[in-house]
Amino acid sequence: MARVVVDVMPKPEILDPQGKAVQGALPRLGFTGISDVRQGKRFELEVEGDVTDEVLADVHRAAETLLSNPVIENFTVRVEAGA
Amino acid sequence: MKVGVVTFPGSLDDVDAQRAVRIGGNEAVALWHGDADLQGVDAVVLPGGFSYGDYLRCGAISRFSPVMGEVVAAAGAGLPVLGICNGFQILCESHLLPGALIRNDHRKFACRDQRLRIEDTTTAWTSSYVAGSEVTVVLKNGEGAFVADEATLDQIEAEGRVVARYLGGNPNGSLRDIAGVRNEAGNVVGLMPHPEHAVETLTGPGTDGLGFFTSLAVWAGVAERTFA
Repeated sequence: MARVVVDVMPKPEILDPQGKAVQGALPRLGFTGISDVRQGKRFELEVEGDVTDEVLADVHRAAETLLSNPVIENFTVRVEAGA
Repeated sequence: MKVGVVTFPGSLDDVDAQRAVRIGGNEAVALWHGDADLQGVDAVVLPGGFSYGDYLRCGAISRFSPVMGEVVAAAGAGLPVLGICNGFQILCESHLLPGALIRNDHRKFACRDQRLRIEDTTTAWTSSYVAGSEVTVVLKNGEGAFVADEATLDQIEAEGRVVARYLGGNPNGSLRDIAGVRNEAGNVVGLMPHPEHAVETLTGPGTDGLGFFTSLAVWAGVAERTFA
């Protein structure tokens, strides 16, 4: 078993109301000096067998098709070491 | 005409949409998300609600339901499809329409009577209206902000594909006040506000929304425009 992680983030030019809400809450709790917050999603995919190039290509397609909406989000795919 | 209304798990407005279809003079046919079968309908409405709990993104799971495979293929062949609210989100996720719907910029759920200007009356769903008509329907959404990149916005504006625009204040942060858009052919329309809640004076702000459900006959050339 191996773990492949897909991180999905709103594109920089797309407004992120959730991130803005978190950013607004931080100074109220005394966490100062944080100038911006963007909120995304992290998917942990447990893969059977070895993470081959073919498996990564499949995960890439899954990220493009379902896990993210390319109109408003970017994603990255990486294999988590030691998982 | 026979108009199918799809029910997904979490759909809220499917019964209202069926009723609006009937008041508009058409036959409503209930379609089920799990059946890859359009039952020979002449048009499809994707209703509002929270299909599949809005998990992942609004419309992201619904887009891959068995019925949507049929809807996407039929829409490509010219079948009229109207997506309202969650249905609009599903059509954007399906790439039948440009752009995407994200959380309202003010982060609050919006629920109010909403004035719109009907800008494009060439579509299967707005042919009953006269261009420039100002109508009042119901708006209720949490993730209703229409967004797309500047190039896409410029393109849909240039091609006259903005079907309806918000009047009297932008309720959700939609770019360029866009409330609804259509595909290139005009058979697929997405609209964030709810015309199906404005078809009877007893239960809505008026009957301005009825035109969306009487347009099919006008579009098909078998009825006259009725809404000014």
